[in-house]
Amino acid sequence: MLGEGMLKGLAETAENFAGSFVSKERMTTVQYPEERIAPIENTRDFPFLIFDGTDPLAGLRCVACQICEKECPPKCIYITKSTDKKPDFVGKPQNYPTRFDIDISVCMSCQICVEVCPFEAIKMDTQFELSTTDRFGGLLLDRDQLSRSNEYYNEIHPTEAAEVDARLAEEKVKAEAKAKAAAEAAAAKAAAAAAAPPAVTAPPKEPIAKEPGA
Amino acid sequence: MSFVAKLDQIFVLLQHWIAGFFPLWLQPLVMIVLGVIAIVAAFPGIFALTTVLERKGLGRIQNRLGPNRVGPLGILQPVADGIKSLTKEDIVPLSADAIVHFLAPLVLVVAVFLGFAVLPIGRNMVLVNLDAGLLFFFAIGASTELSIFMAGWSSRNKYSLLGAMRAVAQMISYEVPLLLSSVVVVMITGSLSTVKIVEAQSGFTGFLPHWYVFTPWGFAGFALFVVAALAETNRSPFDLPEGESELVAGYFTEYSGFKFALFFLGEYLGMFSIAGFAITLFLGGWGAPFSFLEFVPSWAWFFLKLLGAIAFFIWLRGTMPRLRQDQLMNFAWKFMLPMALLNLVVAGAWRFLGEGPLGGWVRWIICSLVLLTAYVLLGRVLMRNQNLGPRSYRYAD
Amino acid sequence: MSATAFKSYRPPVIEPSEEGDELLEVAMGPHHPSTHGVFRMDVALDGERVVRLKPVFGYLHRNHEKIAETASYLASMPYTDRLDYFCSLTNNWAYALAVEKLAGFQVPERAEYIRVITAELTRIQNHASAIGFLTQEMGASGTPLMYAFREREKILDLFEELTGSRMMCNYMRFGGCRVELPKGWLERVQKVVDGLPKFIDETEALLTGNEILMARSQGVGILKPDLAVNAGITGPMLRATGVNYDIRKIDHYGIYDRFKFRVPLGDHGDIYDRYMIRVLEMRESVEILKQAIPDIPAGPIMDPKSKIRGFRPKVGEAYGRIEAPKGELGFYLISDGTGNPYRYRVRPPSLINLTVLEDMCLGQNVADVVLIFGSVDIVLGEVDR
Repeated sequence: MLGEGMLKGLAETAENFAGSFVSKERMTTVQYPEERIAPIENTRDFPFLIFDGTDPLAGLRCVACQICEKECPPKCIYITKSTDKKPDFVGKPQNYPTRFDIDISVCMSCQICVEVCPFEAIKMDTQFELSTTDRFGGLLLDRDQLSRSNEYYNEIHPTEAAEVDARLAEEKVKAEAKAKAAAEAAAAKAAAAAAAPPAVTAPPKEPIAKEPGA
Repeated sequence: MSFVAKLDQIFVLLQHWIAGFFPLWLQPLVMIVLGVIAIVAAFPGIFALTTVLERKGLGRIQNRLGPNRVGPLGILQPVADGIKSLTKEDIVPLSADAIVHFLAPLVLVVAVFLGFAVLPIGRNMVLVNLDAGLLFFFAIGASTELSIFMAGWSSRNKYSLLGAMRAVAQMISYEVPLLLSSVVVVMITGSLSTVKIVEAQSGFTGFLPHWYVFTPWGFAGFALFVVAALAETNRSPFDLPEGESELVAGYFTEYSGFKFALFFLGEYLGMFSIAGFAITLFLGGWGAPFSFLEFVPSWAWFFLKLLGAIAFFIWLRGTMPRLRQDQLMNFAWKFMLPMALLNLVVAGAWRFLGEGPLGGWVRWIICSLVLLTAYVLLGRVLMRNQNLGPRSYRYAD
Repeated sequence: MSATAFKSYRPPVIEPSEEGDELLEVAMGPHHPSTHGVFRMDVALDGERVVRLKPVFGYLHRNHEKIAETASYLASMPYTDRLDYFCSLTNNWAYALAVEKLAGFQVPERAEYIRVITAELTRIQNHASAIGFLTQEMGASGTPLMYAFREREKILDLFEELTGSRMMCNYMRFGGCRVELPKGWLERVQKVVDGLPKFIDETEALLTGNEILMARSQGVGILKPDLAVNAGITGPMLRATGVNYDIRKIDHYGIYDRFKFRVPLGDHGDIYDRYMIRVLEMRESVEILKQAIPDIPAGPIMDPKSKIRGFRPKVGEAYGRIEAPKGELGFYLISDGTGNPYRYRVRPPSLINLTVLEDMCLGQNVADVVLIFGSVDIVLGEVDR
């Protein structure tokens, strides 16, 4: 009968109209900015640099290896390596970036820089309300604007941060164990060298006995 | 007068009281002027309310809120829209015919306001009690088409002209079912006066009203009238002339600022006046739906019914896609016209059977069956001519 | 290029035709009343009938293929998100498939299941949006569109939980998927999938039997099967003409062989058939999802042989194609042994489906041109790359 399909459609819209007053399913509007949806944990917006501890420069994990600069698809990262070194979280002296700029007007939030970083130094932030009135300089974030503490990282991405912290702690333990073993070996070597009599003129007739575990 | 009767006649009493301050020879003129002021104040106010209701209603149908920032629940949105349209630059194309271009929206608004003169808004509340009120209303309604053509012609734009011609063709073709479906009411009532038509529907059997819509021919007439009214006022699903009709952007392309707002106003007021007429002819005008609800004032019933009609129009707009121009005209001439003519015959038969031995329930059944079979058959013919119909689909194996 | 090519509006030109009648030439676009993006159609009309139609595109050309020649294979992956920006996960999969063919990677089973789940979710939200846009152009003032977007939001939230971004997902890698599923994600997918049949039923109740929709779309924009096959049309448009060609069944890529699903076919090839095929395909995708979600095994999600950095496939060429929601999306790669491809070519289904636009629109009413264009279901990012 002519008109049957139209009546079914009218019934459908009436159901939606009535439902919009009573159910959340039929009225999905969230009135931003007064109301906000809870942010999803894995969301990624723009990168930031992590530092451990409280000093942004001393604890900065980035060693300016420039891998992220090379792999970035739109080439929006600009790094200048330092000439001096500072110790990293296991104590080894590393370079650090004197300049680390990201142009967030170019960045496409693809997260490849995070994937390729071998030092867990750059991660994705969740802030998106970054509009400024300065069209060029305001969207070029420098190293100090990009540095955030590890506590902040734990706040915004708890699961990911927990994994990263566990991995770094494991690495630290391994590095410490390795350093201890190396120190023991060096100490044993020094002791053996001190015990053997020093030859003045003639070269030693036999080679110095090899220490076990060296 | 009891309190209920006073409330019912409150505007009439107010009108007489104010006129009492003037000398006797001036009083009729003052009464008319007050009536005009009331209409000019009330209906644009309803127009403002309708724009908000439409946007919020459409929003709720689409699972979203409508405008809600200006004023509580967005009620003051029309104020913002009005200020916007008043402050926009009024662009008149260089090659346009300036006088006709200026007059077109005015003609529309004036013609539409004139139509309100014969609408009985409440008991004793009609501005002019014409004996040929129906005729006057339809004559004035046809002159709105003139303003649309003026708009299209004066813009000197091939697009606008095409759009205007299509709109006028649509409105002219739907005048015929509109008038024919209202003629049944005239036949049964025996008068062209809107006041008499409403009074003829004001009785009750038990507590059920005598509205014409509750009879078979009245129901068919009402349905035809409403569909034709949608087409006359260019409302969805017949709004191709003014929708984003891709190529021809409509007869009011060249209008901006306040003139556009006037076109908008004219269109909506036309919608109110035709809806008001449908209420007058079929839904009992200012009559109450049940006899125990007669304490509510008559003008309140009229406005409630008007709001119901507006809500129905908004509901249709949110649901239906648009018909193409040739399908529109097809529908008018090949479906609505035969149904309207058949309705005339059925109404005559109703009147004839009512006086014979076959009155009572029998005439109900005969008339309803005739109309229903005609509707089903015509519908099938309409769909089959263009090979339309539901389909079933096969799957690859 | 003349200055007129840059103007977005060209005034109508009336030129005499061979028969002596005047043809009204109109440029529809690039600012469109419909919502498909920057696209222009130069239409010549005789009264209300279309006599000639030339599509003009390229307004969104972004040098995707040239960029890929200087960027590494991995760096091209986020750019493939932006090809057909509604369906980023299927774009990623097609590209990953091509590179896996080139380098000979094996994708572990869990990754294959994740790929199928995300691809079918993408298909559902794409078809829902396509139907919504089509009815929006018909004048249903956005109601089916809003319903489709309501469901799409749920699916996009799932994508955000999985990949970090709603639309530009960048999730597939050569040899598997980028990151493991978050905790509880599969339960949430199951919940969304459970609610989908009701949404499809509601859309059908609103639209399928609607006489006005039938009047506007049945018998309009007919495409004949032999023309479709000759022109290289693929996807729902081809199946609506009655040709049985679904790459999921033909190529057996991924693990689609394990799932029971049917391929709906149309008979007339008009707009109504294309609309119904999309609805039926949504139902079939729900069936696939219902089978895939409980079955997903545990295990690794990346091929251990694949490298993220310094990936140099051996010299050769490969063509990887999938059944994207819009048609056959293919990537043709020629590798010369270095870290950048020598040639990187995208086979865009939207562009190739557009080549028959003129044939479908000839003789039709001008009011139907926008509907026919909408039923092809294109995305300008893919047409122009």
